[in-house]
Amino acid sequence: MNSGGMNARIGYIAFNTFREAVRDRVLYNLIAFALLLSGAAILVGEVSIDIERLVVVNLGLTAVSLFGVIIAILIGIGLVSKEIEKRTLYTVLSRPVRRWEFVVGKFFGLTGTLVVNTFFMAVGVFLALLYVAHKFEKMDAWVLVALYFIVLQFLIVCALALFFSSFSTPLMSAVFTFALFVIGSLAEDLRGFAIITQGVAGLLAKAIAYLVPNLSALNMINQVAHGDAIPSRLILYNTVYALLYSAMAISGAVLIFQRRNLK
Amino acid sequence: MSMSVTRRVNLVATAVLACSMTGAMATLYAIDHRRRTTVAQEALYLRSSKVLRRLSLGYTGLLADIYWTRAVQYFGQQHHAGSSDFRLLAPLLEVTTELDPRLFPAYEFGANFLAPKPPNGAGLPGSALALMRYGIEHNPGQWRLYYNLGFLYYIELKDYAHAADAFAQGAQLPVTNQFMPVLAAQMAQHAGEFETARMLWRTTYESTKDTQIQENAVEHLLALRVDEDVTQLEQVVKKYREQTGRVPLSMGDLERAGFIHGTPADPKGRPYKLMSDGRIEVQDSEGLYFITKGLPPGATPPRPPQVKPSAK
Amino acid sequence: MAAIEILDLEKSYLVGFWRKRPKVALRPLRLTIEEGEVFGFLGPNGAGKTTTLKLLMGLVFPTAGTARILGRDMDDPQVKSQVGFLPEQPYFYDHLTARELLNYYGQLSGVPAKGRSARVEQMLARVGLSDSAGVQLRKFSKGMLQRVGLAQAILHDPKLVFLDEPMSGLDPMGRREVRDLIQQLRHEGKTVFFSTHILSDAEALCDRVGVIHQGELRGVGAVAELTSETQGRVEIVFFAEKVPAGLANLGAETRVSGDMVNAVLPEQQQDAALDLLRRERIQLISLTPVRRSLEEYYIQKLRPAEERQEDERREENRKGASV
Repeated sequence: MNSGGMNARIGYIAFNTFREAVRDRVLYNLIAFALLLSGAAILVGEVSIDIERLVVVNLGLTAVSLFGVIIAILIGIGLVSKEIEKRTLYTVLSRPVRRWEFVVGKFFGLTGTLVVNTFFMAVGVFLALLYVAHKFEKMDAWVLVALYFIVLQFLIVCALALFFSSFSTPLMSAVFTFALFVIGSLAEDLRGFAIITQGVAGLLAKAIAYLVPNLSALNMINQVAHGDAIPSRLILYNTVYALLYSAMAISGAVLIFQRRNLK
Repeated sequence: MSMSVTRRVNLVATAVLACSMTGAMATLYAIDHRRRTTVAQEALYLRSSKVLRRLSLGYTGLLADIYWTRAVQYFGQQHHAGSSDFRLLAPLLEVTTELDPRLFPAYEFGANFLAPKPPNGAGLPGSALALMRYGIEHNPGQWRLYYNLGFLYYIELKDYAHAADAFAQGAQLPVTNQFMPVLAAQMAQHAGEFETARMLWRTTYESTKDTQIQENAVEHLLALRVDEDVTQLEQVVKKYREQTGRVPLSMGDLERAGFIHGTPADPKGRPYKLMSDGRIEVQDSEGLYFITKGLPPGATPPRPPQVKPSAK
Repeated sequence: MAAIEILDLEKSYLVGFWRKRPKVALRPLRLTIEEGEVFGFLGPNGAGKTTTLKLLMGLVFPTAGTARILGRDMDDPQVKSQVGFLPEQPYFYDHLTARELLNYYGQLSGVPAKGRSARVEQMLARVGLSDSAGVQLRKFSKGMLQRVGLAQAILHDPKLVFLDEPMSGLDPMGRREVRDLIQQLRHEGKTVFFSTHILSDAEALCDRVGVIHQGELRGVGAVAELTSETQGRVEIVFFAEKVPAGLANLGAETRVSGDMVNAVLPEQQQDAALDLLRRERIQLISLTPVRRSLEEYYIQKLRPAEERQEDERREENRKGASV
């Protein structure tokens, strides 16, 4: 078997995806915007007394999260759906590359891009934090955990972007992914509604509520803004969840892409 | 040979899909369990409704609905867990009504569950009153809110005068309910009587769609029945003593003397006990949660029922 | 060994919004390409040429039938390391340079790391892109993209090369270069399968051609045979100022230009015509059998079914008669 070749090819595809993403100017605009927001957070904090740190963490991390999702969607869609539409894929698939290797490679490349992104944007947040607080406190370490959770969110969003790209046009893929991001951010309330509903509608609601990505639990921004600790059990569970959910979306993407007739 | 390559990939992918889906849902269930209490607290990190308004980008209605759902679930969960801590209820309801002053179920919920002492409620009659007044200020034509206010004054604060006022005001609205004038009149003439309270609870029961409120009303009606029964029976004992000069020894005595027919029993079907000092007691206070009479001296009513979180 | 064996490969799509009706893109195709030959797949736009190529490359899945490429099943991914593909109007990654793209494709094709960059430079030189090797592909013109496409098709030294409209978008100079390239590939012993609707290229390059129209393979033949076939007519050119009487009776089509006459007539009448000319003491310039051109074969194959059947019957008769 050609398992060495398989891993190598996935690696090449991932690296190339990363390279394409990094050279796309859209990326830089968005990062710049996010950094701008971190700077703005400092100003907002100055207006209200005693909550500068709160505002910097809240606004900064929200910016990282939101912009990251936008980047994930734009670049994710651009890198896959567009690639299929523009027939760039013809010459790639005419090589000894399996379709599933392509999907998995794209996923790694995409998430790699986002991790690097997050790193740069996080630096901005920490610099702003340093500016307003003049020193780092122990509770600032939890901000790192919140960032880790944001990266887990990105994993899920990337996997979903790839999933939709495997069968849908670029525009629709972006719309679906963003819609699921919004719904997923309200997932806990959705489950609350679903538990109350009775009968067949209730079963349906419960099924949907559990299938939707649970992004609300990954949003620890408020908690770390107030300096609360995050229980380690929760960190573990959320990691497992994000990995499992991403695996689900990616395997779905693979299955669909396997039988897709390319226009 | 190569057909099986495609098939093999499909097989692996399907297996991964199935396993990860079930795994993800299972993990989610576990996460939910741990997060239950934190959700409500997180909801109140942003207590300023002005900030919330801006953040909601105009979708204040939706946000109000979300907060309302959280308020109901929070109360139900605490109640279910037998907790006495309801401190987040008032802020949750306040934020809800600030975001959407016309979310009427929130006022009703507040009227029923903000004022009573824990573990039946949050024990904040002042907050409850403030909430009702806020609602009336923003919705002056809504008879329901006057009902809630009057109810609050009567049941929790025992302020019969203000209760009568509230019902009278509600009765005079252009759009009102048929029992408002009835209740106003009842309030004015028969404040403090069992019948009045019974009317109120029955009205509450019939006019609400919220199952928690309904169950609460039923419990109160049962308790009223018991209180009334015990009062009447104790009156009977008194008359017997006056007539015969003796203390009755059993229910049978009272029956033979013609004061009662049959064996009086509580709404659960358990016969009342006649104590040696002439008091009447319930046989078993299990299931009778709001009774104020018929209990041994120094005893308190049992804990409220374990209600499952529900809404609507 | 046959390079390509197409066994009843078939493709139809379901079209329509509510009631899906099948639209046939390719009727069951049966075709064998030998190793080392240059095969031209001719047909107008929408005939099914690209569909066939996409089926063979695994980009689209057949409704029925299968194919064997270089002795292996067409689904076998290992086959792809021996195959190169240039799609029609190729499009690549905007932000990569030509060099980076070829290097990436080399990685995917399993070209060993050791000689890879040297090979990439070699390919760039071969398609004439050495100067633009470091330019990002989004700045490339259509012709330059076509060259990159060719380079990536032959980068890994495949045994079999598929080209879909390789001349499209190229100026005459570029087309000349591609023709030379295909000739070189042939000298290297590679099999080339290319589709085109430019007949002169096919005539110049191909060993065999196949004509496809409306999803159906209408005919296959060796170029040499098809163009050497005489149509049973001869062309006689002679000095005269007007057409001699009697020539028309022989069924000749004539054309007068200056002091020369050009007459085309059935070859059975050849001797009679020559006799006539000798009697009139007319000076003969040339006598040549009329060859059928590829264009005629092509157009003939594009005609609807009934007319083609008539053509075939007439051919049979003519062949039978001249024996």
